[in-house]
Amino acid sequence: MKIQRKHLFTGLLALIVAGSALAAGADLGQTTKQSTNWIAIAMFAIFVGFTLYITKWAAAKTKSAADYYTAGGGITGFQNGLAIAGDYMSAASFLGISGLVFANGYDGVIFSIGWLVGWPVITFLMAERLRNLGKFTFADVAAYRFSQTPVRTYAATGSLVVVLFYMIAQMVGAGQLIKVLFGLEYWVAVILVGVLMMCYVFFGGMTATTWVQIIKAVLLLSGATFMAIAVLWKFGFSPEALFAKAVEVHSKGDKIMAPGGLIKDPISAVSVGMALMFGTAGLPHILMRFFTVPSAKAARSSVGWATCWIGYFYILTFIIGFGAIVMLIQDPETFYVGGDIAKGLKGGGNMAAVHLAKAVGGDIFLGFISAVAFATILAVVAGLTLSGASAIAHDLYATVIKKGKADSADELRVSKITTLALGALAVLLGIAFEKQNVAFMVMLAFTIACSANFPVLFMSVLWRNSTTRGVTAGGFVGLILAVVLTALSDSVWVAVFGNPAGSAPFPYASAAIFSMPLAFFVIWIVSVLDNSEQAQKERALFDDQLIRSETGLGAVTSASH
Amino acid sequence: MQETLVKIRDNPKFKALVNKRNTYAFIMTALIMVAYYGFILLIAFDREFLAQKIGGGVTTIGIPIGVGVILFTIIVTVIYVRRANTEFDDESKTILEEAQK
Repeated sequence: MKIQRKHLFTGLLALIVAGSALAAGADLGQTTKQSTNWIAIAMFAIFVGFTLYITKWAAAKTKSAADYYTAGGGITGFQNGLAIAGDYMSAASFLGISGLVFANGYDGVIFSIGWLVGWPVITFLMAERLRNLGKFTFADVAAYRFSQTPVRTYAATGSLVVVLFYMIAQMVGAGQLIKVLFGLEYWVAVILVGVLMMCYVFFGGMTATTWVQIIKAVLLLSGATFMAIAVLWKFGFSPEALFAKAVEVHSKGDKIMAPGGLIKDPISAVSVGMALMFGTAGLPHILMRFFTVPSAKAARSSVGWATCWIGYFYILTFIIGFGAIVMLIQDPETFYVGGDIAKGLKGGGNMAAVHLAKAVGGDIFLGFISAVAFATILAVVAGLTLSGASAIAHDLYATVIKKGKADSADELRVSKITTLALGALAVLLGIAFEKQNVAFMVMLAFTIACSANFPVLFMSVLWRNSTTRGVTAGGFVGLILAVVLTALSDSVWVAVFGNPAGSAPFPYASAAIFSMPLAFFVIWIVSVLDNSEQAQKERALFDDQLIRSETGLGAVTSASH
Repeated sequence: MQETLVKIRDNPKFKALVNKRNTYAFIMTALIMVAYYGFILLIAFDREFLAQKIGGGVTTIGIPIGVGVILFTIIVTVIYVRRANTEFDDESKTILEEAQK
């Protein structure tokens, strides 16, 4: 009887973990402070020293607005691929997915696949068109043949909302992580991330941000590769032997080898899948990376490389999660609270990969992985800030307010001020949300990106009949619906507002399955009904836009940057 | 510039390239969607299928299928990038050169 109850409890716990991760995008949750880890702090200090040195070099090269937003278009496809991977492989996906595999086995794989399948969509539909039509932001592309003020206002709003939600999740994650990884206080992390990120972005712009992301991507991929090889080496490189041992020691037995509680109802599953798949193609900080390369060819190569690295990384997290099952459960004394498996891992379930680092590489490697996990947040936040700054300075200030008459120096000045303001805002929000449940925020960012930014981009670039009114209306409908339905779902209604479980009016894990088609529908119907003179002009401009987007004629080159 | 645009628009090679590349891109997108949503629906409706063990060990059929979806995603992307960066780009370059003569 006692054993049964324990099983029921772990099963329920796993369900809750899986459920919240599904809704959340594997967030980091609340953590408890651990003892100070000087090795990790020293390694992180080396990373900071090195990246600040690069920032100094980048600052000397950053003279115009183009240098600031796009590194003058001088990044190669391979470098950009690594930087995109660095932007995308967040601490939440590294620690969260390996933690999910550790807790539930196979369910972690299902989750990671969702995060990967957006990349081919970007490759096939977006990368080269973005590069050919755009200059600094995705609004350049969305507003190409439309009336600038409404479309830019919409696109800047869409970008900023996505950036803010994503950023709060990252800042709170940084604060929670520093308690476990370095044994420092929450506020130290938030201020540290805020200040360092401002240094990178303010002085070094896109050049520094790109290199921070590249260095971080290389460190993370090397560290994860080492761990995966160390795990496989123990089992003579036989996955079957690894799985057999994992099934033997895991409390859920062979259930970890098959799908479990992650997918409850098909509608939620497909909806989350849509948010991840098409949301990736609407994230402003990712789309912005396509303007840093010199040509459409390089833009395609960069997503090709990024997809390879990200896919490879998710396979590694899978092996790492199983490795953690095998190595941590057998040594509860070292890795579990009070040496008791029932009390959970020290520092929480997301620490599986970090503990495994200690198990395979001792304290030095633990320090390395901790430093890399923290550096990861820094790189992601820098990218987000830069894209937020470009939305305000390039879309709102230079285009909407100054009607395109702001010169490069003026725009650069405004984007630098915005960077500082966003940095300060990130720190304030990070502190304000310390005790809040921010699990829903990353998923919300993806849902907005797929329900608002993606339909607007898709229809304005690919559909002749779309008009200013259509895309603006559709974009705002998608944005508002995504936010409202998320607020009415479990992840906010119950988890944040504290209403009783099961009372959420919106029963699914993501709004995407409703909000994305509705945004497309509104763009279609409003455009079709729009017979204004302006609309006719916009349709007539489609051929011009099509030729430029398909051939790269007149595209911004690195020389004219 | 206006002249170049008109020349490209009236060049049948341009229309052919756009059609070919778009058809190819949409077929590839459809392939990925079938693979991914197929996988999700399989989990939602036939969990038992994925839980079948292979060859007497503990490894289930779900493992090669899951890893397969990841590899398929990478391979399809790389195939598209290679074709677009060689064949499509060469054709697009020819069209541009003809128009700018």
